[in-house]
Amino acid sequence: MINDSGGVFETTTGRGWGVFSVELLIESIIFGVLLGCFYCAVSIGLSVAFGLIDVPHIAHPAFLVLAAYCVYILNDTWGIDPLLAGVLITPLFFLFGIVVYRLYHAMFEKRGSDAAVRGIAFFFGVAFIIEVLIILQFGVDQRSVTAPYIGKSWRILEMRIPIRQIVAFVVAVSLTLALTLYLSRTFTGRAIRAVAQDEGALRLLGADPIRIKTWAFGLATAILGIAGALLIVVAPVEPTLDRAYIGRTFCVVVMAGLGSMSGTLVAAIILGVAESVVLTSFGASWAPAISFSLLLAVLAVRPQGLFGR
Amino acid sequence: MRGNDVAFAFGAMLFVAAAALTTFLVGNEYPFFAGYVILQYIVLAVAWTILGGYAGYVNFGASAFFGVGVYTSVFLAKAFGAPLLVQIAVAAAVGGFLGFAVGLLTLRMKGIFFSIATIAVTIIIDTFIVNWKYVGGAAGIQVVRPPTMAPFESYVKMLFVVQAILVVIAVATARYIQNSRIGRGLQALRDDELAAECSGVPTLKLKLLACVISGALMAAAGAPSPMYLQYAIPVAAFDLNYSVSALAMSLIGGTSHWLGPVLGAVLLGVTQQWLTVNISSAANVLLLGVMLVVFVVAAPRGIIGLFVRKKSEKTP
Repeated sequence: MINDSGGVFETTTGRGWGVFSVELLIESIIFGVLLGCFYCAVSIGLSVAFGLIDVPHIAHPAFLVLAAYCVYILNDTWGIDPLLAGVLITPLFFLFGIVVYRLYHAMFEKRGSDAAVRGIAFFFGVAFIIEVLIILQFGVDQRSVTAPYIGKSWRILEMRIPIRQIVAFVVAVSLTLALTLYLSRTFTGRAIRAVAQDEGALRLLGADPIRIKTWAFGLATAILGIAGALLIVVAPVEPTLDRAYIGRTFCVVVMAGLGSMSGTLVAAIILGVAESVVLTSFGASWAPAISFSLLLAVLAVRPQGLFGR
Repeated sequence: MRGNDVAFAFGAMLFVAAAALTTFLVGNEYPFFAGYVILQYIVLAVAWTILGGYAGYVNFGASAFFGVGVYTSVFLAKAFGAPLLVQIAVAAAVGGFLGFAVGLLTLRMKGIFFSIATIAVTIIIDTFIVNWKYVGGAAGIQVVRPPTMAPFESYVKMLFVVQAILVVIAVATARYIQNSRIGRGLQALRDDELAAECSGVPTLKLKLLACVISGALMAAAGAPSPMYLQYAIPVAAFDLNYSVSALAMSLIGGTSHWLGPVLGAVLLGVTQQWLTVNISSAANVLLLGVMLVVFVVAAPRGIIGLFVRKKSEKTP
């Protein structure tokens, strides 16, 4: 086992086209797939909140970073394993999500079309407040967690794959699978998808769409507990990290086609591979633009996404 | 209407004259250093209102246009040693062109999609500037001020007056749009785009026009910034804080009237300057976020709405 100390992209910093080889391409694609699965884990909550129940949840990445900092506190104070800490904070985030949705619904959804504009501004403001509160509490320095699987890597053939990436990969895939099964097999899960398709019909059947939406938004926020743990396991976090993830999460959700869970996984892998390949060939300074360019391209060419309803 | 126009023109001239006069009466530079920032926010907020308020398209890309203004100036100053007025004029043209391009690409999108697309544009342009070595790249670039021009004692005081003139231009433009067919068309498409289109309002054309004008004004607001700071760096020029500020000041002041963003920018700008000096710059950013959330929840029509509610409810 070899120690590694950097972030997500430690093996893929700019090498220029000159030394670009097939092995490097394969390596960057493998890294891209791992990275993509991680992106899927951080986006899947938004896929429910924005994709299924139409909440313009720009604060999603800010909630994600907030979760990462909660995990950091638990890990730093009591030495709790970051993934366990992520699971521990999910109930808290579930309640948080319910409160936020209830507030959003009462203030904006009920008031009709003009309110939608202000709903967007509302979430933007909330994201901003969370960011500043984190800065006031922790400063702008990067924070990271400690765990046995962080800082080591496996050597497979010629490649060095950090174990933290593999941990993130496994958790992300299980999370996506679990959520897909939940939405297709359980009663409540199907209700959530029904509310996405036709709210009025659901109301006629005697169900309360608002209760189901509240549950769905709570669930979407609860998932962020685990996603936030992955975020800080994969790389150190800083308060303004949410800005980069606005691009990544919305890119994934829009590319997937709103509300498609399996589509979310495919779209996330496409984004991960694109980022990884561009990073290998052009260098890290182009990284922030990739997700946003992909997002713009999807919006311009195929706004309904790859697997759109 | 005519009498109103005369009164407005008179008020505008009085405002610029007063701004110019104080630069000779007050010796200390600091009030102008702080005042410049407030004036800059007025331009940004008024420009934001033209698209975001009248047409209801929530633009998160104010920092994109501001940053483009900043870097147009940097490029012109470095390549040709262009004077300030040329920098501002070209920046406005570039900002208008960018507004046209962004509008074509994004204005067919609705609601949240448009908003996200404008953030995307900001980050993409930011990334290009970071990778453009000629204008300093990620590390930023030092800008040397030309010698101060004749009537003014210092460069900052001159920039203060220049920004005051930009405020007048922005407010006059917004006021003209609001009272003209353009403004009525924009308001119609904000309330119901489909209905507006059906009644013969050329919605896409009007939205594009609003986007071009708004973009040009925002870029113009950013153009004097390199000379003001004597420095330009992408992290600061494309700071998302400009987007939040423009949006928050406009929504807090009220978006139905040009006076709204002016009030919002003055109120928040002054408070922010005070907080930055007395507490910390993080505190003023926090205030911005909290005020934004409080106002969109509790006073949807902003400060203006608190006063003119009765009047606006009478007109259908």
